[in-house]
Amino acid sequence: MSALISAENICLRYGTTEVLHDISLSVARSEILTLLGPNGSGKSSLLRALIGILPLSHGAIRRAPGLKIGYVPQKLTIDRSLPLMVGRFLALPKRQTPQDIAQALQRVGLENIAALPLAGLSGGQFQRVLLARAILLKPDLLILDEPTQGLDQRGEANFYHLIEELRAQTGMGILMVSHDLHVVMSASDRVICLNGHICCQGTPLVVSNAPEYRALFGLGTKGAFALYQHDHDHEHDHNTPHDHDHNHDHAHGAKEISKGPNNG
Amino acid sequence: MDDFLVRAGLAGVGLALAAGPLGSFVVWRRMAYFGDATAHAAILGVALALALDLPIGFGTLFIGLLMAATVSTLAARGWAMDTTLGVLAHSALAFGLVAVSFLNGVRVDLQAYLFGDILAVSRADLAMIWLGALVVIGLLIWRWSGLLMSTVSPDLAQASGFRPDFERLILTLALALTVALALKIVGALLIAAMLITPAAAARNLARSPEAMALWAAALGACSTLFGLWLSLHFDTPAGPSIVAAAAVIFALCTLIGKSSLGRA
Repeated sequence: MSALISAENICLRYGTTEVLHDISLSVARSEILTLLGPNGSGKSSLLRALIGILPLSHGAIRRAPGLKIGYVPQKLTIDRSLPLMVGRFLALPKRQTPQDIAQALQRVGLENIAALPLAGLSGGQFQRVLLARAILLKPDLLILDEPTQGLDQRGEANFYHLIEELRAQTGMGILMVSHDLHVVMSASDRVICLNGHICCQGTPLVVSNAPEYRALFGLGTKGAFALYQHDHDHEHDHNTPHDHDHNHDHAHGAKEISKGPNNG
Repeated sequence: MDDFLVRAGLAGVGLALAAGPLGSFVVWRRMAYFGDATAHAAILGVALALALDLPIGFGTLFIGLLMAATVSTLAARGWAMDTTLGVLAHSALAFGLVAVSFLNGVRVDLQAYLFGDILAVSRADLAMIWLGALVVIGLLIWRWSGLLMSTVSPDLAQASGFRPDFERLILTLALALTVALALKIVGALLIAAMLITPAAAARNLARSPEAMALWAAALGACSTLFGLWLSLHFDTPAGPSIVAAAAVIFALCTLIGKSSLGRA
């Protein structure tokens, strides 16, 4: 399967500090890949490097020709001196019809806010507006940086549901950052555990069993693993429609670390 | 109507049409001090041009761009912007004034460069001002989408395929050009006022970025004509009268904006 975007041995420096070391990864069409790591592990920097915002000190990034990226940043502040209504923001940079705008807002659970100023929205509303804009761009690859912060639990559940739905409908690849272990486990095809370098990667089950992962998050012998195990069994048993088939084989155990099924 | 008055009016309106939209970006991007620094440096440009026997416009444009490049470089290295600009703006002005005093042999009407000499605008000046204004407006229209996107968020702009660095360069170029044009009209000390005041006034009336840019141009043109009229009737200096008129219009717009906000 050809990758939408791939990073080959990239390194990134801020001044003399190396924040990312020798990272290689790729995201395929219809794949949900999650970056997991503690604060300061370089998750956001990696996303920003992939988009081309931060210059690499080593390595290369390859994109599929004509790749369209939808990006939802972790945080965005709109200066109050800029009169920008939600509807106009959604039509940036490309003009959109009012119907499309209303529909995109409805998908993220917002209605009748197209005429409100962007600067007056709550954190959760703003986060969803950012997602609506990303969807409107009809991207091949959706890049989400901690997309559920500011959302309540129901909002979060809806959000991941929407992501699944989008992937199923459009076949877009999704790359997101999270430190929400529970959700990551159930909503991702593949997880990369990051701490300046790639600690371990693979299917959620594989990663949650990996000693590197458990050390990184200071987990005991049980903890999040048990939580995930439950979810995983659940999905497997019922073979829910959420379990999109990419020739997954979940039952491989720790041997498959760093050789995720969609990694080729 | 006297010929010189018509020329003065046309020159002022030409400047306002470019300064309004450009000033909107200066306000949105919080570059007010940056505009000030570039404008103050213009005096150094005047000295340089006189010393080398070059057209004044060349000198101011060159020094303006040099100042912009210096500021951008220092900012990228993490210097505190307000301090840097405060130092640079006033030292450029001081060096300019000192440099002009060295130019014996040339009789320099310093006051004309500090406060403008709009009533002495020649036909050739008028042609230059309109040509320059059209170039600035052309640049802004050409890059509108990218400029606006990079203003809202450089990261989102980059993800959508724009180059925020390039857009900033365009803006810097437009700013240096506008400063060079405005020197004759309001003078080095008051150029920043022509950029910022109409745009700040327009903020109260506009509900979209485009509307704000257009309002800023219109309000700037009104300020110019109003200021010229004041200058004629009360025999006051033209440049400061124009800026004073802009300030009055700003105050009125703020009152209007407040009252309409109260109703909403």
